[in-house]
Amino acid sequence: MDVTNYVVLAAVLFAIGATTVLLRRNAIVVFMGVELMLNATNLAFVTFARMHGDLTGQVLAFFVMVVAAAEVVVGLAIIVTIFRTRRSASVDDVNLLRG
Amino acid sequence: MTPAGLEISGGETVLFWVVAPLMVLAALGLLFVRRAVHAAMCLVFVMVSMAILYIAQEAPFLGVVQVVVYTGAVMMLFLFVLMLVGVDASDSLTETIRGQRWVGLLIGLGLALVLGGVVGRAAFPPGVGLAGGDPGGVANPQALARVLFGDYVLAMEAVGVLLVTAAVGALVLTHRRRLTPKQNQRTVAEARVKALSQGVTLTPLPSPGVYATSNAMDTPALGPDGEQVPQSVSRVLRIRGQERPAPHTAVALVENQADRGTEEES
Repeated sequence: MDVTNYVVLAAVLFAIGATTVLLRRNAIVVFMGVELMLNATNLAFVTFARMHGDLTGQVLAFFVMVVAAAEVVVGLAIIVTIFRTRRSASVDDVNLLRG
Repeated sequence: MTPAGLEISGGETVLFWVVAPLMVLAALGLLFVRRAVHAAMCLVFVMVSMAILYIAQEAPFLGVVQVVVYTGAVMMLFLFVLMLVGVDASDSLTETIRGQRWVGLLIGLGLALVLGGVVGRAAFPPGVGLAGGDPGGVANPQALARVLFGDYVLAMEAVGVLLVTAAVGALVLTHRRRLTPKQNQRTVAEARVKALSQGVTLTPLPSPGVYATSNAMDTPALGPDGEQVPQSVSRVLRIRGQERPAPHTAVALVENQADRGTEEES
């Protein structure tokens, strides 16, 4: 087996995450798709760190995790706020800005 | 075909080929599962498997962080929000933008093809492995800490500021300003008395029926006229449809017992 397999796995997971973001309507599930994409990039980072024998990749993956945690906190707070006012978690129902 | 610097053991190969297909399946579950809670469970599975792969890839620290931060904190947060929003909030299947599903699927497939093509055609250098690149032979967390607090100390500080900002932002976003005066026991009592003319009862609601044949919480009590009293069952149980019918009316209950008594006698 080659280390490249991990990169292929990361690419597949990233594509699935992107498709989830495009297809699902529930804002929370869309968010999960974003998380999946972030995780996939982390896997690629870790694999590249191992491939090059350099810990920088792992450090970057660590930073991605921290930023993802911050993003989840704010994003879910926004979803909860929208749900409180609109009684819906569907991304289709948030169309106040539509002309 | 394994490069000289990096030996991938047979165990890791087996691990990869066991874990990777399961991960892809669970990720596809995210795409096709109807309920948001099931999608969250699929994602938890993907993340735990990801932690396993990190540990297999000489990143034990990141593996542990993955379990603690992602599965422990982020996914719990997701589940809490799902609880707030309502577990039953499943996706609507009506399309608001025509053809969105097919276009989205097409774009996703295209992305997969592009990424696959890039990965397939790229010429990766022969793998080195972290043990080879790290002559000191220090354990992973120590080596990582040296890079993190050495080269990236400024980014580390910035990330700390980011986390505090995010926490404060979440507090501000979910804070609800009190628009009406706070309700205390006296105001509740007064409101009840005021609503008396609209058929609100002042007294506590009747308690559910207690029968030897069934659990008491979900069966309505029988009134003195022998009819069921629906208010005696919790509103939540009634809405969920978990209410059980009372055995019968009181008369039927007595008759039923009488029948049983004669059967036993004969």
